[in-house]
Amino acid sequence: MGTFHDDKGELHGMTVVVRTHGPRVYVGRCDTRTDEGIVLMDVDQHDDGQDGKTTADYLDFAVKYGVFKKHDMLRVPAGEIADVSRLGELR
Amino acid sequence: MPASSMAAMPYDPQLVAPMRQEMVEMGAAELTTGQEVDDFLNARDGTVLLFVNSVCGCAAGSARPGLRVALGNDKKPDRVATVFAGQHAEATAKARSHFSQFPPSSPSAVLFRNGEAVYYMPRHMIEGRDPPSVAFELVTAFDEFCA
Repeated sequence: MGTFHDDKGELHGMTVVVRTHGPRVYVGRCDTRTDEGIVLMDVDQHDDGQDGKTTADYLDFAVKYGVFKKHDMLRVPAGEIADVSRLGELR
Repeated sequence: MPASSMAAMPYDPQLVAPMRQEMVEMGAAELTTGQEVDDFLNARDGTVLLFVNSVCGCAAGSARPGLRVALGNDKKPDRVATVFAGQHAEATAKARSHFSQFPPSSPSAVLFRNGEAVYYMPRHMIEGRDPPSVAFELVTAFDEFCA
């Protein structure tokens, strides 16, 4: 079930996990995704091992409860993106 | 107008009135002030479902219809209440202070048992799902935690 903003892509309004080619993952609500990258709203980020938590630990909490946002909005360039998936589908 | 100012503005009451009414029709107590929230949640006996309502499409298309179905379950919360994010900011902030271990999310639902938050359904468990799926998730929690 999508939103009324059909021009913004199928992930618009969905909470997604953006895995990068490095140790960082982002979790946020997708606004737009283009060939240039992805714009996320209400975004948290985690680096593998940060605060003693692996990426798997971090995503396990996120899947159950969501994330505490660090950024209102953030753009991840396409070149940094390894994978984008819906957080709700990681359960 | 700066985006930060726009973000703090509540939605037009006429716009959100039907969305609020939908919850009232389900039997939810509508909490519009922080004091009402505290009064409701500080009565800690039994089970309480608090629904953080919102204007977004997943609240209208998935969360509220799913909750309506779930509340028809044999086992269900003793009391149901709602706050409206984007309309009653103080009440919403106060409500979230009662389950601050969970990240803020709207829409969302939290189930309390004897004052303790025992189950949380944030937005990402709602978005993209149909009402029966949301209802199934809630009923599973009701069956586990409600008498």
